[in-house]
Amino acid sequence: MSLWEYANPVKFLRLSERVLPWFWGLSAMCLVVGLVWGFFFTPDDFRQGSTVKIIYLHVPSALMAINAWFMMLVASLIWIIRRHHVSALAARAAAPVGVVMTLIALFTGAIWGQPMWGTWWAWDPRLTSFLILFLFYLGYIALWEAIEDPDTAADLTSILCLVGTVFAVLSRYAVNFWNQGLHQGASLSLDKEENVADVFYQPLLVCIAGFVCLFFALVLYRTGTEIRVRRTRALIAREGKLA
Amino acid sequence: MRALLIRDLRLALRAGGGFGLGLAFFLIVVVLVPFSVGPAPELLTRIAPGVLWLGALLACLLSLDRLLAVDWEDGALDLLATSPLPLEGVVAIKAVAHWITTGLPLVLAAPVLGVLLNLAPAGYGVLVLSLLLGTPALSMIGAFGAALTVGIKRGGLLLSLLVLPLYVPTLIFGAEAARRGAEGLDPGTPLLMLAGITGAVLALMPFAAGAVLRVNLR
Repeated sequence: MSLWEYANPVKFLRLSERVLPWFWGLSAMCLVVGLVWGFFFTPDDFRQGSTVKIIYLHVPSALMAINAWFMMLVASLIWIIRRHHVSALAARAAAPVGVVMTLIALFTGAIWGQPMWGTWWAWDPRLTSFLILFLFYLGYIALWEAIEDPDTAADLTSILCLVGTVFAVLSRYAVNFWNQGLHQGASLSLDKEENVADVFYQPLLVCIAGFVCLFFALVLYRTGTEIRVRRTRALIAREGKLA
Repeated sequence: MRALLIRDLRLALRAGGGFGLGLAFFLIVVVLVPFSVGPAPELLTRIAPGVLWLGALLACLLSLDRLLAVDWEDGALDLLATSPLPLEGVVAIKAVAHWITTGLPLVLAAPVLGVLLNLAPAGYGVLVLSLLLGTPALSMIGAFGAALTVGIKRGGLLLSLLVLPLYVPTLIFGAEAARRGAEGLDPGTPLLMLAGITGAVLALMPFAAGAVLRVNLR
């Protein structure tokens, strides 16, 4: 019994069908509890007022935007090294989810930035590197869409993902050099003195858990869809030959 | 290797090779900038290093889709793949040829166009140096992008979408070095970073591009 058994699409589908309802349910529960708790049962910040509540969407989506790319990187590596089709399809399935997360983070950031910094957008290093991440996502998805042969597409996109990761990280630190920022530093580290106050921290953790479950549910669901689409195509091709 | 380099250079320089197009494009971009932002000399002086870098980058991008596509269409790439030279070497040589025919003329033309944009006198040396260090990376990254999209019909737009985000670090450090040079500050750090990026790209990117090309030739 090893993890690699689930590289078999049949086993993968069986497992994902079993766990999917749990992920959907958990993510719905966490999101409802976290957001309601965050929006209605936490005090307003003494400086930011009620705008602080955007944090419950902004931080989890930004976290998942980066982690989605990281998951695509791992899936691409597995595809290059072990050539499991499920892995390549999972990377493909994660990309649009990552784009949406990036967009949510950018939009909520703009809405938050307007009252706090007096501007929708600033060329701050964090904001800029998120925009660049968004461009990387777009290129990755466009490459998937442009190539017909699925194996070629999987190979090319996974190499693009590896190269893109290097350049995304490089850009992340290059923009630091280029402009100093408005955005605050990390405020959720486990080892730092100065963190978000507990009243905001606890619902935020619940929201993050909700986003993580939502991401897993969406990726599993979309991967299942991709597998079925490919199966249908194979069936049509076979039946077409018979007829 | 040398034979391939000479062949590519000769093809590019002969009629129909498109040599000089990038240069003309660079000229046009630079000429259009004062029309769009106004001819005030102090404004032009301030944006000159950035505009020159961006123009050079776009001119470089323009010629990328010819880098491998021509050889792909007439089957020369298949022959090159069966030659004793590994594909990594083929791609690297093609990038070098692209740099000599596109990047190097841009580097040489940049100071002349700098006059049009009222570039500060102190900036010329650093501008040329930064372009000289940066453009090889642009060609090599572009060769990777060209290898990715070589099998796609009308892949030119996709090529730009894939390559432009990869150009971000090079552009940041290159333009920053040129700006510091023009303002009389010390451009050492960004120049070193730029050289580091170019060195790493030249060392590693041929392998990525070769792997991609091998997939496309399968």
